[in-house]
Amino acid sequence: MDATKTRYHSVRLDKELCKGCTNCLMHCPTEAIRVRKGRAHILDERCIDCGECIRICDYHAKVAITDSLEDLKLFRYSIALPAPSLYGQFRGLQDVGVVIAALKRIGFDDVFEVARGADVVSRAIAEKLREPSLPRPLISSACPTVVRLIQVRFPDLIPNIVDVRQPMEVAAEIARTEFCKAHDCRPEEVGVFFITPCPAKMTAIASPLGQKKSSVTSAISMMEIYGRLRPLISKIQKEEKPEGTSTSYGIGWATSSGETQSIFQENALCVDGIQNCIRVLEEIENNKLSDLTFFEGNACTGGCVGGPLTFENNYVAKNSIRKLVATARAKNAETPAQSVPASMMNKYHLRLDVPIEPNTAMKLDDNIAVAMQKLQRMNEIIAELPGYDCGSCGSPTCRAFAEDIVLGYANEMECIHKMRDKLQTMAEQMVELAQTRR
Amino acid sequence: MSALLHEEYPVESGDYDRAGEASADIKRKLKQLGVPATVLRRVSVASYEVELNLVIHSDGGVLTLEVTPEAVRLISADRGPGIPDLDLAMREGWSTASETARSLGFGAGMGLPNMKRNADDFNITSKVGEGTTIDMGFHLA
Repeated sequence: MDATKTRYHSVRLDKELCKGCTNCLMHCPTEAIRVRKGRAHILDERCIDCGECIRICDYHAKVAITDSLEDLKLFRYSIALPAPSLYGQFRGLQDVGVVIAALKRIGFDDVFEVARGADVVSRAIAEKLREPSLPRPLISSACPTVVRLIQVRFPDLIPNIVDVRQPMEVAAEIARTEFCKAHDCRPEEVGVFFITPCPAKMTAIASPLGQKKSSVTSAISMMEIYGRLRPLISKIQKEEKPEGTSTSYGIGWATSSGETQSIFQENALCVDGIQNCIRVLEEIENNKLSDLTFFEGNACTGGCVGGPLTFENNYVAKNSIRKLVATARAKNAETPAQSVPASMMNKYHLRLDVPIEPNTAMKLDDNIAVAMQKLQRMNEIIAELPGYDCGSCGSPTCRAFAEDIVLGYANEMECIHKMRDKLQTMAEQMVELAQTRR
Repeated sequence: MSALLHEEYPVESGDYDRAGEASADIKRKLKQLGVPATVLRRVSVASYEVELNLVIHSDGGVLTLEVTPEAVRLISADRGPGIPDLDLAMREGWSTASETARSLGFGAGMGLPNMKRNADDFNITSKVGEGTTIDMGFHLA
């Protein structure tokens, strides 16, 4: 836990609203939260921006920083990149063209579907899977929270992460290139805004994974623009509207297993929910699933439709996507491999080109001998703690508390149970003392 | 004198409920120590295999983890029944796993070969009626 390193995070704490309860503390999958002096604190180097704390906080003290529609004004032109999960926010939506038209009406000059980016990525992953001697299973790189989870908790699985960029990135590059060509303008005049279901994508733009710089300008929360889009949807439904450009498979990326279906992998596992992802990654680490070719992990329940910045109930949204995919497929059953021309595969940057490094935030010390001494000391402290994992000390578990003590961030008397025992002993000693004087 | 970490994990025969807990703890400790990812992966595989071997095949035993700045060492010592033919046991695909174990997806006969493949040093001794000891080393420096 090197305090000198600060990383960009979309997930933040609103100190005014935090009551210092232990809800977020107990739900953080990387033990990145501590409650100190009655307020939660997020440990920068451990946070993976999953947004679990945003979901769990009853006081709305955990927030996601994203940009607003105001930022469109900073650019001469603006392009919206709707995540496929945006389509799931509107019940009864029959056609993605409606959403495309609505986005243009609220101020975007153009719209490029991330579902189309997903088509290109699907083809790239399918081709990648045909390469010989790859680690098995290959792990999807699409969910940035899962990638960061692997960096923090499963660093030995980093070589399994497929080196293909996220659909959002590929979509942004294609969108900007095509727009500049059509409008004869410079790339820096064009702002490309991802309409995001989660804070993790915002973080992935500000501090990219596997690439030097993101092709996306910024992200706007789905929650923020939902209110603006909603009234337009039913109106446009009856009007003339543009056609969607992606395959039905690209739309399917909005929900868990959508990616796997797009790359036609029989021997794949699709897991949603961050705790479920952790369980399966443990098994992959143990080599228990070496017969798998592909692992698609989504940190949110149901996939991206379950993102912390979505409006609609994730099960309802999942159903909307299912219907939308079925309707689109009935019209055109093309797969990504059939729909994406081979020429496109060399035209854009599809591969990750910066190595994904392990996150060493879980390490006790840079020197292994010192780390061993600290671990030993931790074991001694744990043996003296009650093991209730109550969180009253401000650390999520007794083990994490012992770790905090060893690292110098906490002291033993912050355990209320130890404190109570100590007070009891002191009280007894005082009584004894008082009696001897009499 | 270099610091030494020593942990012992008793593993009971047939205890599928807890199977994997010892290797999970070993993995967590090694991550806290900052053991390099490539070594971590090999220890993960070997410790899980050896723990499951104790559950499936042995009459119970103890898994020991020792760490020095130079190496990680895993020692599995059981109370029996012992392996009559070690050469046969080391062969890929050979397994004496019970129906229960097979129904749970174990018993592919890859356990021992996998351990040997992942460890830098591998040593196995066994005596029928007494037990089996597997000693594995993983180099850090």
